[in-house]
Amino acid sequence: MKYVAEFRQPELIHKLAGEIRRTVTKPWTIMEICGGQTHAFMRFGLESLLPPEIELVHGPGCPVCVTPLELIDKAIAIASRPEVIFCSFGDMLRVPGSHADLFRVKAAGGDVRVVYSPLECLKIARQHPNREVVFFAIGFETTAPGNAMLVWQARQQGIRNFSMLVSHVRVPPAITAILSSPGNRVQGFLAAGHVCTVMGYWEYEPLAERFRVPIVVTGFEPVDLLQGLLRTVRQLEAGRHEVENAYERSVTREGNRPAQELIARVFEPCDRTWRGIGLIPDSGWRLRPEFAAFDAENRFPVGDIQTQESSVCISGLVLQGRKKPHECPAFGTSCTPAHPLGATMVSSEGACAAYYRYRRSL
Amino acid sequence: MCLGVPGRVVEIFEQDGIRMGKVDFGGIVKEACLAYVPETEVNDYVIIHAGFAISRLNEEEAQETLAILREMGEDVPMGEFTSR
Repeated sequence: MKYVAEFRQPELIHKLAGEIRRTVTKPWTIMEICGGQTHAFMRFGLESLLPPEIELVHGPGCPVCVTPLELIDKAIAIASRPEVIFCSFGDMLRVPGSHADLFRVKAAGGDVRVVYSPLECLKIARQHPNREVVFFAIGFETTAPGNAMLVWQARQQGIRNFSMLVSHVRVPPAITAILSSPGNRVQGFLAAGHVCTVMGYWEYEPLAERFRVPIVVTGFEPVDLLQGLLRTVRQLEAGRHEVENAYERSVTREGNRPAQELIARVFEPCDRTWRGIGLIPDSGWRLRPEFAAFDAENRFPVGDIQTQESSVCISGLVLQGRKKPHECPAFGTSCTPAHPLGATMVSSEGACAAYYRYRRSL
Repeated sequence: MCLGVPGRVVEIFEQDGIRMGKVDFGGIVKEACLAYVPETEVNDYVIIHAGFAISRLNEEEAQETLAILREMGEDVPMGEFTSR
């Protein structure tokens, strides 16, 4: 496929890996914030090309993994109601809540549907005027433009039997939380290329300055990942801490302005709890008050939910880059993708699932 | 979740007042919303994420990146293989 194959050429991959090995003189710990990148590193076996001085730690950039348990439980409660058609991106269906998941709701007769584009919900709502259509609006800044467009259009088109259960999260506050934590080991960041496609990278400049860490905006193909890594290592070796863009074909400093404008008209910043990590101030988006009528939490009384996390699962430490998946006592034994104890084993972007798939020999 | 795939716009149309397009991903054609890439024309490449184009792919930048990498020094052989 054009603009994919070119960025997977073995010759370029080896050149970049060689350049990284030539550049490194001491150990460095670098975090790729995005779960999609964690997965690509493993899938293409790129870690085996890197010198032992480079340690990659995996960040919390997997929206499926960090969606709070309470919200999963709320989704399950709403989806179980007979009048509801519950729509979601596919990877949320297997995430374990306290006692069930959305697949189990579907198996018990609940109307749970997977959508590819959020806009499909409008069609479903028009086709079923006597049912309540609810969309599970999760994700980072990458899914926010689509989710904002969905609720904006619902209002424009006067669709009343539609609401959204919102659990949006933002990357910059998470980087701030990681770098502010006393046990932080991260010395440089690969920033998520598609989050920055939407938001630009101007938000990261104060972070690089304040914490004195290099942040390199990085794409998702093997050549992109190694290029991002090489630029991060060059900065670390030279004692620089700047924001660089290694994904120029998709990302500009200012990002996608029309998308940012609609996001700002629909959502406002709020504190958000991240599964496994806890509350991060200002790290979420919620619907603005003028869209309160479209907020599923207002429409369906699902108040008193008692959540219960697995006592063995260490996904919180994995999401913060403090532990590696195989350091968990349950990894690959009582916790597998078929029977996940925590979200990091469920999602195709979760670090535990990536280790299970590609590195079981460890 | 943040998987974005480059595809070529083969048709642009309007639906419910929203700018939409048909996008070709190496033979598979899917519909996507083009509202956030207003300057896009047919035959442009866009990056599609969950049914929405989030950017118009800058083909010049892509070629330039590849050209710079091709001119980079040759690979150096890896010392002993380290398994970590």
